[in-house]
Amino acid sequence: MTHKTVGRRKVLKNGGLLAMLAAAGFAVPKSALAAWNKAAFEGKTVEDAIKAMGGSSPANTADLQIIASDIAENGAVVPIQAVSRLPNTQQIAVLVEKNPNVLAAIFDVGPDIAPDFTTRIKMGQTSNVYVVAKADGKFAMAVKEIKVTLGGCGG
Amino acid sequence: MASPMRIRAASKDGVTEVRILMNHEMETGQRRDASGNLVPAWFIQEVKASLNGKEILQTQWGPSISKNPYFAFKVKGGKAGDTIAVTWVDNKGDTRTDEAKVT
Repeated sequence: MTHKTVGRRKVLKNGGLLAMLAAAGFAVPKSALAAWNKAAFEGKTVEDAIKAMGGSSPANTADLQIIASDIAENGAVVPIQAVSRLPNTQQIAVLVEKNPNVLAAIFDVGPDIAPDFTTRIKMGQTSNVYVVAKADGKFAMAVKEIKVTLGGCGG
Repeated sequence: MASPMRIRAASKDGVTEVRILMNHEMETGQRRDASGNLVPAWFIQEVKASLNGKEILQTQWGPSISKNPYFAFKVKGGKAGDTIAVTWVDNKGDTRTDEAKVT
């Protein structure tokens, strides 16, 4: 009998703690993700997304390279490679200016990782693609326009 | 349950290149189905990788990553026989982890 009471109290206490965490925004019930930068991914403009990542008006740099073809025949699958030669690169992000949500991905560059990532992104239309890097606490960027031809012939 | 990933990890000149193909719809939440209803967003949000059990990479993804995502990255170090493990988590909380040996 005593055991039962203690058990119930414990459950109540834990429930209360969870509710507190949820209220403080630590535990999102739908997905238990702590790291996902919701504000940045919901950014509608390049500026908004960069701001949500903690940067502001990054300078252009030649030390960031976007490797992608100038023309993508299929906007659903656009191969893109982002390479940084900036010393102490901490983070690399890929943004597509004319997508409904501009931010495509953020890669954290740990001590065991070379700042060189390849993936495939979706593009609704011809747009500038930004690669933004955080290096030594400062933000820098590179831009490349990729043309999307939905016709499929590659014109 | 989600289908397995295909992971290739090859070590060359002290750098291990890891290439991953995942199986995922990557639904943006912008598309409408035949009857005009919005198809709810369903995409991978987080991808992590570890080398011999030690976490080395964290990434955050949005719905702009293509369906059945391809992702490649380079690890400083790593040698033949090491284990690379990759985990993804989507916005519905579904997750999958797969491993591969470095060659």
